[in-house]
Amino acid sequence: MYIALWRALPGPVWLRILLLVLLAAVLLTALVLWVFPLIDSLTVQPDVTVEE
Amino acid sequence: MSEPTTERPRALRRRARKRLNLVGIFGELFITAGVLILLFLGWQLWFNDIVFGNSQRNSAEELSTQWEQDFEQSDEPTEAAPGGAEADLGDPVVLGDVAENAKFANLIIPRLGSDYKRPVAEGVGNSVLNNANLGTGHYESSAMPGGMGNFALASHRTAYGGSFHNIHELIVGDSIFVETEDGWYKYIFRGLEYVKPSGVGVILPVPQQPGVEATERLITLTTCNPFLSSAERIIAYGVYDSWYPRAGGPPAEIAGVASAAAAR
Repeated sequence: MYIALWRALPGPVWLRILLLVLLAAVLLTALVLWVFPLIDSLTVQPDVTVEE
Repeated sequence: MSEPTTERPRALRRRARKRLNLVGIFGELFITAGVLILLFLGWQLWFNDIVFGNSQRNSAEELSTQWEQDFEQSDEPTEAAPGGAEADLGDPVVLGDVAENAKFANLIIPRLGSDYKRPVAEGVGNSVLNNANLGTGHYESSAMPGGMGNFALASHRTAYGGSFHNIHELIVGDSIFVETEDGWYKYIFRGLEYVKPSGVGVILPVPQQPGVEATERLITLTTCNPFLSSAERIIAYGVYDSWYPRAGGPPAEIAGVASAAAAR
């Protein structure tokens, strides 16, 4: 899976590594901005109130 | 005899590579899923917790600044009450009803951090507790700050700013301050109690005594226990000590926290 990604990337090794780092940064940003808050809103949090 | 020996290893190798690829892809998928879950937990319990904590603190500072400005624009004299802090100021001023989800007070607990200050909003729904700018909710059925009876609050132990994360570190005699537009109310921490989630007795006017009329002014903080679990509730009680009208300035113990807002 990842080897296919590595092969699909163009250029010499340093460029591929740079592209991978950029890709990871974009992915992480998307996760933090949209995906994680969405998952968070769908999961149940420990309840902190007392109720009947 | 040489033919089968050259044929077989090649075929085996080809088959082995194919099987390895399939296993490899699944393996990589699982590793990716694991990393994503760890990232999410790190985000939820650490990164987002800090982000929420900071924005809740800033929200509380905003409120303090607003009250200071409102007070300065009013005609009331900015001087210590006659006789200084020792004077008997009588019963504290108590806020009237507040709109749901509106922030109306700040909670200041020096034991939980020298700059610990969190806004308190009306209601204990998720719109308050899971809010980046609120986080701590007031049980609507309970008294207001300084009021006769029980001023009961709820907040998260972990994540969402975790306002009550270190609530178990409170020591008997610690100060718990509540700031409103009228001034500061000082409560003294009295003790902890652990109850079941259904233990609504803790937010009664006289905790654990249904039907008894209140003769004391209390504060009650409720949150979950143990960490990351809903199995129990940890309850912190405080008893009203004194109040400081806004005209006289903040109590000396929290002057640093309070003046950070006034300085802006």
